[in-house]
Amino acid sequence: MSFFEPITHRLRQGCQTMAFPAGSPPALPDRHGGALRVEAARCAADCAACVPVCPVQAIARTPGNPVALDLGKCIFCGECVAACPTRAITQTNDYRLAVRRREDLLLGSPGAEEVRLAAALTGKMKSLFGRSLRLRQVSAGGCNACEADVNVLGTIGWDLGRFGIQFVASPRHADGLLVTGAISRNMELALKKTWDAVPAPKLVIAVGACAIAGGPFAGNPEVLQGAGSVLPVDLYIPGCPPHPLTILDGLLRLLDRLPATEASGLKAPSGSEVSGHTI
Amino acid sequence: MNPPREFYLCGNGASVPWAEVPAWPAEEFVAATAAELARGGRLCAWFGVPEADGTCLVAVIAFDAENTLAVGRSLPAVNSYPSLTPGHPQAHLFEREVWEQHGLVPDGHPWLKPVRRQGGGHPAAGEFFRVAGGEIHEVSVGPVHAGIIEPGHFRFQCNGEEVLHLEIALGYQHRGVETALAGGPHRATLSQLETVAGDTTIGHATAYATIMESLAGEEAPLRAQWLRALALELERLANHTGDLGALAGDVAFLPTAAACGKIRGDFLNLTALICGNRFGRGLVRPGGCRHDLETARAGALLGRLRAALADVNQAAEWLWAANSVRARFELTGTVASVQAAELGLVGVAARASGLVRDVRFDHPAGWHRFAPVPVAVWPDGDVLARARVRSLEIQRSGKFLEDQLGTPPDGEIFTAARPPAGDTLAVALVEGWRGEICHVAITDAAGRFRRYKITDPSFHNWPGLALAMRGQAISDFPICNKSFNLSYCGFDL
Repeated sequence: MSFFEPITHRLRQGCQTMAFPAGSPPALPDRHGGALRVEAARCAADCAACVPVCPVQAIARTPGNPVALDLGKCIFCGECVAACPTRAITQTNDYRLAVRRREDLLLGSPGAEEVRLAAALTGKMKSLFGRSLRLRQVSAGGCNACEADVNVLGTIGWDLGRFGIQFVASPRHADGLLVTGAISRNMELALKKTWDAVPAPKLVIAVGACAIAGGPFAGNPEVLQGAGSVLPVDLYIPGCPPHPLTILDGLLRLLDRLPATEASGLKAPSGSEVSGHTI
Repeated sequence: MNPPREFYLCGNGASVPWAEVPAWPAEEFVAATAAELARGGRLCAWFGVPEADGTCLVAVIAFDAENTLAVGRSLPAVNSYPSLTPGHPQAHLFEREVWEQHGLVPDGHPWLKPVRRQGGGHPAAGEFFRVAGGEIHEVSVGPVHAGIIEPGHFRFQCNGEEVLHLEIALGYQHRGVETALAGGPHRATLSQLETVAGDTTIGHATAYATIMESLAGEEAPLRAQWLRALALELERLANHTGDLGALAGDVAFLPTAAACGKIRGDFLNLTALICGNRFGRGLVRPGGCRHDLETARAGALLGRLRAALADVNQAAEWLWAANSVRARFELTGTVASVQAAELGLVGVAARASGLVRDVRFDHPAGWHRFAPVPVAVWPDGDVLARARVRSLEIQRSGKFLEDQLGTPPDGEIFTAARPPAGDTLAVALVEGWRGEICHVAITDAAGRFRRYKITDPSFHNWPGLALAMRGQAISDFPICNKSFNLSYCGFDL
């Protein structure tokens, strides 16, 4: 191999970084399904077919109340969508899922059929972090899937650095924590110490079902119920794990770095091609 | 009752009534196990099952060349039993775990301390091994590391740059997986097993599905077995590619690092093409698979697979051709073949030390009975060998997928499983991308789990990393660590 071969290869390939967010987002895998939409108004009376099929008990229907689905607990297996006889629960193929408040992930009642997407930071926080955000990642009971799909944002296809977002080694250099995992009790102390070492003002971003609400391990005495059990969470990014596009959207949404069309509540184009190239 | 003469012999994916598992008094059971290990057996699992007022010890031993598993147990023991570890170091962590979980003391164990028990906001690590001397210094790393990785603690005893001893203390990721399985399967069981080690979803889910099918006395449809085998190799391709890239990155060889970071995602997306999730969540379940790979989809997969394979093989060629890379990989972090065998290493780490062991070849179950995969071995035991084995396996997994995608079996992908048998032990091995995954289930009279034991390959291999660091410069720890790339949560359960 010539010394120049990797370089010429690189030149032949050209820029590998996706056009998003200036261009359109890459398509989600067609079987991904994206965010869920829950219209409790469509539920048949006394039907609770979705409740027992949910492996993580994210769906509740109590007598006299509409069905309620907690997208923070959801692992997006789609069992409830298949079980629903009246299409009250449907997949939207929308990759956008990040919210600022935990209650914005509760779906079902009129006006709350879909997630209420995160608002951008404002004022001093936006001026401090909008163009430069340094995060310390802490895995506390994560299974290495959320970690892997956060890591992938640093690869050439996604190039997180172009937004001024970077993962740093020391909490002293960080503007906040990106937390994965249900918070194992054995990591509770290390997480608190890491948080204390981050200078204020600071942010917490909870990535994945475990970090939001304990995920498949919710209720095990060896874990807490997500990052919110220990820290004040500023951004919730649901998924098991969230698609990298969902994580990137959440970060850019928080920093107000999305073009107006993406940031708005307008529907994203649904990705459903089998042969197309997805990133 | 006279003690039995032999272990129960069976194949991968077998089940046996608990009453028919040969049982010895604890002391004789340890001696019988030691004899099996001495004649070339390999400890896949060693764990306790509460019974009466004591604890039964259970051993699953593999005889790789004979494609046979041997299962045996002790009668209920209390307080203590003679330790297996002094003669057979591969039992070291298993015996610590039994002591931690059941309070049964292995008399004569050289390093008896907790594995993952809670200690009040952190694991109960106990005292660390210390090297004495005025010029010795101790380096303490973790649990929070300087990267986006899982937590664990490393304690180095150094003389200058040289590492005399490394002790690895884990447990930070402990989520109570095995405890939660008692009385199961529960609603969340499959999701929990898919995330035992989230980068090995297909491997652990396949082991679990095999257990449930074995307990039900039936097999998944052939087409589902075929799909699982495809997904297992896609999982291997994605992770091996990521590891080659990470190794290149650690020695600042950026062309391969940058290329593999992207190609790894291409492989993950092939898994997502089958089931929607990049890590294979929701694909494998007891009774079969949940998504099919129709002809058009298989064609699309094959096209994208070939492109990604060409890319990764090219990126690997750059790595082997770079003198600067070879200089850093060669003779770094060496584990000799005899040490690897004594520690009971599995998977890539074992094969890179010249040991021929691969569940797909030695103990084929599922689709691998019809489609064997050659074992990729490299003799040197160093970082280069572990990288080379990955690269060889990328080629062979690629070839396997190309062959198998061309010859799909027809039929259903799912049959509703019958209820699991009661008072039965079932064992399943799967060659995950890191190595041997071992699941053992023991049911109660109603067919619920009395005990479910999970052995992730990382449980065997973490001591291999500690040994690889002996006599190394501490600055070589990152590439040694990445060359093993072990799971924290898979170990911590």
